[in-house]
Amino acid sequence: MEALLATLASILRDSAPIVFAGLGETINERAGVVNLSVEGTMLLGAMTGFAVAFVSGSLTLGFLAAMLVGSLIALIVAFGSITFKQDQVAVGFVMTLMASDLSSFLGVPYVRVPGPQVETLRLPLLADLPVIGPLLFDQDIVTYLSFGLIIGMWAWFYKTQPGLRLRGTGERPEAAFARGTNVKALRYTYTLLGGALIGFAGAAYSLHIKLGWSHRHTAGFGWIALAIVIFGGWDPLKVAFGAYFFGALRAAATTLQGIPEFKDIPVQAFPLLPFPLMILTLILFNSDGLNRVLSLLPLRLQRTLSGILRSNPPAALGTHFEQQ
Amino acid sequence: MTLPRSRWLDWLAPFAPLLIALAFTSALLLIAGAPPLATFQKLITGSLGTPGKQADTAVVWTSLVLCSAGLLATFTAGQWNIGIEGQIMMGAIFATGASRFFLDDTGTLVTATPEVMLVAVFSGGVLGGILWALFAAVLKVFGRVHEIFGGLGLNFVSTALSIYLLFGPWRQRTGGTLSGTVQFEPRTWLPTLEGMRVSPLAIVAALLVIGALYLSLHGTVWGLQLKAVGRNIRGAYTLGIRTHRMLFSAYAVCGACAGIAGAYLVAGVHHRLIPGISSGYGFLGILIVLLSGFRALWVIPIALFFSAVSIGSTALQLDLQLDSSVGGVLQAAVVLSVLLVQGFRERYLKREA
Repeated sequence: MEALLATLASILRDSAPIVFAGLGETINERAGVVNLSVEGTMLLGAMTGFAVAFVSGSLTLGFLAAMLVGSLIALIVAFGSITFKQDQVAVGFVMTLMASDLSSFLGVPYVRVPGPQVETLRLPLLADLPVIGPLLFDQDIVTYLSFGLIIGMWAWFYKTQPGLRLRGTGERPEAAFARGTNVKALRYTYTLLGGALIGFAGAAYSLHIKLGWSHRHTAGFGWIALAIVIFGGWDPLKVAFGAYFFGALRAAATTLQGIPEFKDIPVQAFPLLPFPLMILTLILFNSDGLNRVLSLLPLRLQRTLSGILRSNPPAALGTHFEQQ
Repeated sequence: MTLPRSRWLDWLAPFAPLLIALAFTSALLLIAGAPPLATFQKLITGSLGTPGKQADTAVVWTSLVLCSAGLLATFTAGQWNIGIEGQIMMGAIFATGASRFFLDDTGTLVTATPEVMLVAVFSGGVLGGILWALFAAVLKVFGRVHEIFGGLGLNFVSTALSIYLLFGPWRQRTGGTLSGTVQFEPRTWLPTLEGMRVSPLAIVAALLVIGALYLSLHGTVWGLQLKAVGRNIRGAYTLGIRTHRMLFSAYAVCGACAGIAGAYLVAGVHHRLIPGISSGYGFLGILIVLLSGFRALWVIPIALFFSAVSIGSTALQLDLQLDSSVGGVLQAAVVLSVLLVQGFRERYLKREA
């Protein structure tokens, strides 16, 4: 029991960066802008966050610098796609490659240097609660923030007036504009905010999970975060669930590695397995095959389940908007 | 708002993106404490300075042209085939698999002639590439999975598969020192120029492939229909074009080209399978095709520029102790500047026609 709780707690902790990146991308896609540069932004955020924290000795400064870098990349994506009306995917893809190479180039002095890290912050009283205590309240500030962000973003989307305006901008920008929303300004704001969260996610790796900096430090995680947003249906809770599922897959791969039955599989292959497994799971849940399975169920169950499992992208995702 | 047009601006316009990219990279080099001019000079001499360097550049150029040629087909059909990295990898894996029918544990040819083996290796590469590309197409057409994510998933699968093979069933039995599978014996290598790594045969093949793509995209019904699919898939369907078949054919063409590139990397460059053999050539191919504006003939010089930067930047590492990733920054900066300058022109400099 205790071992299980410890594993679950470590999954919640190790998934925090993907939660930040996934939710960051969720918020800008909800406004109608695809920022494809997640992979590169996380790499550059991880490098910047570590370098700044290392030089200044302040973790806070490190995280802030990573957020700034994330916003800057997002600004380029927003500028290229909203103001200059270029293909969002093209600009984002180029920024992915550029930011990845920038992280390698500028990060050379910090490769494998031991540096600062986020410390555990046990919440008194709450951490003594049975089960949820060790699970949720014996973590660190980054993990607490990730919990807060999930709840906060859900509430923002579905319980507030600005959240409604945000969703409207992604669905029907013309209608939102007619109701007095400044569509372009809103899209800029949320793209920059999303970029800041993705940059934060990078720093959360280098200062919190996979400590320090090395070449291609967070390779693959950005792509996973991007996929989780699409397949998590642009919903904060489902995106967070996707991030935790990926964390569970990674924990499972580590566990399987030690089992004698699998000794024929080279150890080098195990850390790679969760990536294809995650994407294949997501693909399975989003293909037409699922619809066919659902259609075999009774109608009422069908409706409930498809409400949970399926969702459509924001209708105006990736499109340009001409504002008079 | 429209700015007045001036003659010098017209003249300068085509060079503006390159100048912006160079300025950006110079600023970066200054931050890193490196002299920009000397660095750019080294970039040129390191890639084109000697016949040996030129040969190395030509090797990269061959792979890049092959990948870009394939991507022209998928981009024309409106598809972001990010799965190309996996298609190269699968081509390389299948090519290596084919070689294992002819080689023993030490990489010595034991059955058939080198020519037969090379044909088998390249056929294997094409097969692997096509198979992997068609997977992405099936996910797109029948699974309604966006090709970027289907492709990413398949990239991850091919990487995992290659690592499994390299450290599992295909690991070297003889305790070799190089990473990857055992090296093929030299007489099975793709013939090269005396003392260099470049294979004239591969260069000719790459030119033939890009030429074939140019002709079939511009001179055949297939090309015309593919363009229609890329512009408006519903409209194309209404006009009676078999859109599914067109998408599958575009992916198959791209997979075949990527597969040839993968087989070339195995048979002509590394002479074995190594981890990460696709070396990001697929992603660079995407940049090249974006830069070419989807025009086949422009791919040839642009790929030359990209391969020169790639080879030149490895020289930077050796001679100036600069990380070679600065080459990637320059490549991406050129494409970004082109996109931004294009956006600027569309916004402020529209011709009053």
